[in-house]
Order: sequence, then structure tokens, then C-alpha cells
Amino acid sequence: MGETAVSPVQVTGTVLTTRRVDAYHALTVVAPGIAERFRPGHFVTVAVGGPHTSMPARRAFSVHDVKPDYGGTVEFVFAVRGPGTSWLAERKARDTLDLVGPLGRPFPLPRDPCACVLVGGEYGSASLFALADSLQQRGCRVDFVLGAASADRVFGALRARRMGETTTLTTEDGSLGLRGRVTDALPSVIADARADVVYAAGPMAMLRGVTAVAVEFDIPVQVSVEEAMACGYGVCMTCVIPVIGEDGVTRMVRSCVEGPVFRGERVRFEDVGTIPFDALGAPGGRAQEGGAHTRNVS
Amino acid sequence: MLTPEMSVDMRTYLAHVELPNPITTAAGCAASGAELSQFFDLSRLGALVTHSITMAPRAGRPTPRMAETPSGMLNAVGLQGPGIEVFLDRELPLLADRGARAVVSIAGGSVAEYTALARRLADAPGVTAVEVNLSCPNVEDLGRVFARDPAASAEVLASVRATMRYDVPVVAKLAPDVADIVAVARACVDGGADALALINSPLGMSIDVETMRPSLAAGTGGLSGPAIRPLAVRCLWQVHAALPGVPIVGMGGVMTGRDALELILAGACAVSVGTALFHDPYACLRILRELEDLLKERGFERLADAVGLAHRPPGAGPRHRIDLEESSL
Repeated sequence: MGETAVSPVQVTGTVLTTRRVDAYHALTVVAPGIAERFRPGHFVTVAVGGPHTSMPARRAFSVHDVKPDYGGTVEFVFAVRGPGTSWLAERKARDTLDLVGPLGRPFPLPRDPCACVLVGGEYGSASLFALADSLQQRGCRVDFVLGAASADRVFGALRARRMGETTTLTTEDGSLGLRGRVTDALPSVIADARADVVYAAGPMAMLRGVTAVAVEFDIPVQVSVEEAMACGYGVCMTCVIPVIGEDGVTRMVRSCVEGPVFRGERVRFEDVGTIPFDALGAPGGRAQEGGAHTRNVS
Repeated sequence: MLTPEMSVDMRTYLAHVELPNPITTAAGCAASGAELSQFFDLSRLGALVTHSITMAPRAGRPTPRMAETPSGMLNAVGLQGPGIEVFLDRELPLLADRGARAVVSIAGGSVAEYTALARRLADAPGVTAVEVNLSCPNVEDLGRVFARDPAASAEVLASVRATMRYDVPVVAKLAPDVADIVAVARACVDGGADALALINSPLGMSIDVETMRPSLAAGTGGLSGPAIRPLAVRCLWQVHAALPGVPIVGMGGVMTGRDALELILAGACAVSVGTALFHDPYACLRILRELEDLLKERGFERLADAVGLAHRPPGAGPRHRIDLEESSL
């Protein structure tokens, strides 16, 4: 299931189409260099605010779709959450955008056909359709579980129904599908599909719950995390989460280059937002014995 | 006469070390260097300044570590890094392999720790210069930051200078949020610094009005980006005026060639690019190209002629005037 990294490129892409999808926006951008290198799970970062922007941080979005039109297009989905995403929502066809991608470690694919449950929360599900396509091409069975707070925030329900062997929808307010969360529906979907593997993308709390369910069924789970980042290509060091390595040692690793896809059981979800005391290089931890007296400095 | 095809001599000197051009990455803004080398050849940089290396591995600060602010950002990474052994085993050889001129930034909590780092670097091949990050709390002085204390800064510089090989320049990196930056600069030079680098990011803070809590887990963070450029220009101006013979690496919110030129006119002979690298992986090369074009437009044949030029007396006129060059027509 090993995947080798591909080199990202920076592209000034022309916006081809813009559309509203319920609570979300989707932009399709002509970006041949990114489209040809894309594999499911990759993401892009976008510069916002134009040439003399007051917003130096790039915005990261998972890639929803890649098409061969105009040499290659990339579509990403976002919610307006602040000044950067509202600027993006105002883009029109023929505007240009500065994109860097494809970024990150994509979803590993099984060598042999197997049954896969794909779980998406909010617009995190955007990254699952290219994955479903690749899985089905390999003869895998795909079942979807998509959820959100309300019906207008469940992304891709129609496409999931078309692609999936089964599709289960959940909303917290009961406005679509089952009332509740994806983790409430997941155990029966795994059991019915006799699932061999779970893939999940969405908010951190959801990924934690999905991982717990997969661990209970003793099947592998691949999660794509959403962590705040400024660059997407590994230089800003802001998107770190605690992850247990092959050697059993917890390290603060960058979601952008070591992720965003991780084996769920390796991510210490309960410790996200902290430095676990036993992490390599934690303050006062064993790793700092032998000379370092430095405190945390900004 | 300068024709448009002629190129500007962009070479600069960090003490006695010649760099092919004045644009470098800023400490802590290029990770290990491997990340940017996916985009371009690192040997095209004047130099690559590493993240601050510590003796032991450091996990850094908890998240959130970054908050965007008007024309800038706050960040509190907390010097995350693998420690000097892994740096010497893996990161430094990789930089040498790719032809990068490595300026190694070091950070410690005591004079002894800076000295120990310098000792480990003294025999390492491929160190173009050492930059001493003084914005670290001194554990022997109740956590008072070295950069705010001229005497402690001088002590660190004297010890690192005495430990490093004579042919490797030692650069003192100064913080702007101090009572008297000229006093700290002078103390570092008196202590043995061959060059100065300024400014490190001043401490700032922002509060999320939704959660009604500080935006960063660490509370405070270093403010960077164009928001701090006037602060950098002021500090460069004061330090260059007081110590005109000391080479200065300028940094603080440089996003374009125009910004780099502003710092050079204030007194910088090299310019580091930090936050712009988070926005544009090619920022250094773009800024270098823009800077060369601006110098060419203004009739400069050598970058060195622009360094500190804004300090000339009023009415003295620029040293290089396009109309004079054209008067031979």
C-alpha cells in the first residue's frame, strides 16, 4: 500500500467555472501540471486576496475532481469561513488563481479487490469520490456514509448514491437521512458490507470516532485530517499533530507532508492540540535529557 | 554606459564570505531545505538559513501555532526540530549535496549551550556561516531573553566566536522589541560578531472573538509579514547609522523586490525572506529578479553601491543617476 511522493508545482490557473453546492462553493481551475500528477487524497493550497494581498497564509483544500478538459482541471470545495474564503467565493470565470499542488500523501489503495466503507463529514467528503472511482476501477466494493450538522451541509449525497453499493446519510438535526452522527450508522454499514477497510475524511472529532469504530471491528482505517496550515508544502511548521511512528515513538508531524492521510490508529486524536509528555522532544521529556535547558520560545 | 542587457553585479559579502546574490531564506522559514528544493535549485539562493538548531530534539509548541493578522501572521512554533545530531547526520549533508550555502542558525538556553552547539558545528563541513538566535530565554537569568540584555548577548557571541573556526562568520540575530537595539548590536559586535541579522519577529498576540480565547495555544507569538516592515527599516536605519562598517542581513516582511531594495537602502547588504515563503515557494527567486530589475532601472552596476544609500545627506543626490548616464548621448 506504499505510495511514493510526487513533486508539487505552482500554477497560475484560470477559473473555468464557479458553482454553489448547498452550503458550499466549488471552483474549477485550469491547472494541467496539478491535474496530471493528482491522486486521490491530494490537496492544493491557494493564495487569496490578489497580488497585494494582506493575507499571507495560503488556504488548503482537498481536491474534489480532476478532469482532462483544457489540458487538465482541478475542482475544490470550500465553505466561507473568513476573509480568505469569502474572497475565493467572489471569484468569477476567467479570473486567475495561484495554486500549489498536488500536495500531501494520497490515500493508499489496496492491491486486491476488497470491500471499502468511505466516511465523509461536512465537505470532507469531497475528497472521497476520486478515491471511490480508483477503488471501483480495482474491483473494490464501495459503501458511503456521509454526515453533517444539517442537510445543506452534507456534501455529495447524490453522487454517493450513484456510485456506492449503499449510501447512508446522517444529520445531527435529522433534516436528511438518519438523525445522529456518521459513527452511529457506521457499525451496521461495516457489518452489512463485511468491510475490509475504512477510509474517512472530515473534522478531527469525526475521524476520532470513525477510528474507534474501525479499531473495534479490527479493520484498517485511513483518515485524511483537516489541520490549519499556512503553506501546505512543509515550511511553516504550523499543521503538526501527534502521530505514533513505526518505531512506537510519538512525533509532532506535519499534516501537509507526512499526511494528510494517516493510519487512524497511529493518530493520537485525544492529544491533538497538545504536546504529549512522551512525544519526542516534549518539554521536560526524556528526549531533552542530556543538555537542553531551553524552554519553549516563540 | 549601462545598456539594458547588462546585468547588475549582485554579489555581496557576509563578512569575508562572498555570496553570489543577497537573497537568503530567513531562519525557521525553509524547514530543512528539502521542501523548497522540490521547487527550485537551492544553489540559486544567496544562502539558505536553517531553522534554529538546538542540542536536543524539540517537539515545539502545541497547536494552534499560527494566526493570520492584518498583512502578517503570528506564529509560535517553538523551535521544533530534531536536535543537532540528526541535523548533522541528515539535514546539513543534504544541503551540501544540493549545492546550498548553509547558514546554520543556533538556539540555546545558556552560554554553555550555544558554545556546545558551536563546538559541534566547528568541525562540520558545509557551514557557510553561523547565525546566533538570541531570542531565547536565558535559563540562568530567570528566562530573560538574551536579545534584551546587551551583556548576555555579548557573552554568547564572544563564546561562539571563540569556538567557531576563524573562517566561518558568526552573525548575531537581534530582536526588535528591546529598549535600545543599537546598544545590543554594539555589544554583539564588541563581543565578536562578524555581522548582524535583524529583525527577529516581535512578540504579538491576537484573541479569537468567537471562542474569546487567545488565537494561539502559546498565547503570544512572533509577528511577521509586511506588518513589521517599517519596524525592520527603522531598526536597520538606526543600527547601520551607528555601525556603518558592520554587514547587516535585513529581514522583516519582504514580499517583493521593492521591499528588499528598501531594506538595502536602509543599510542591509543581504536580505532574508521569511513569511513570503509560506505564500510563494518561489518567493526568493522572484524577489531576486525584481530587485535586480529595480537596481538596473536606477542605473546601478553593483548591488553594493545601493547599500545604506538612504543615509546620504539631504540634497546629495543619488550616486547613480540615469540622466547623467544618458548625458553622453
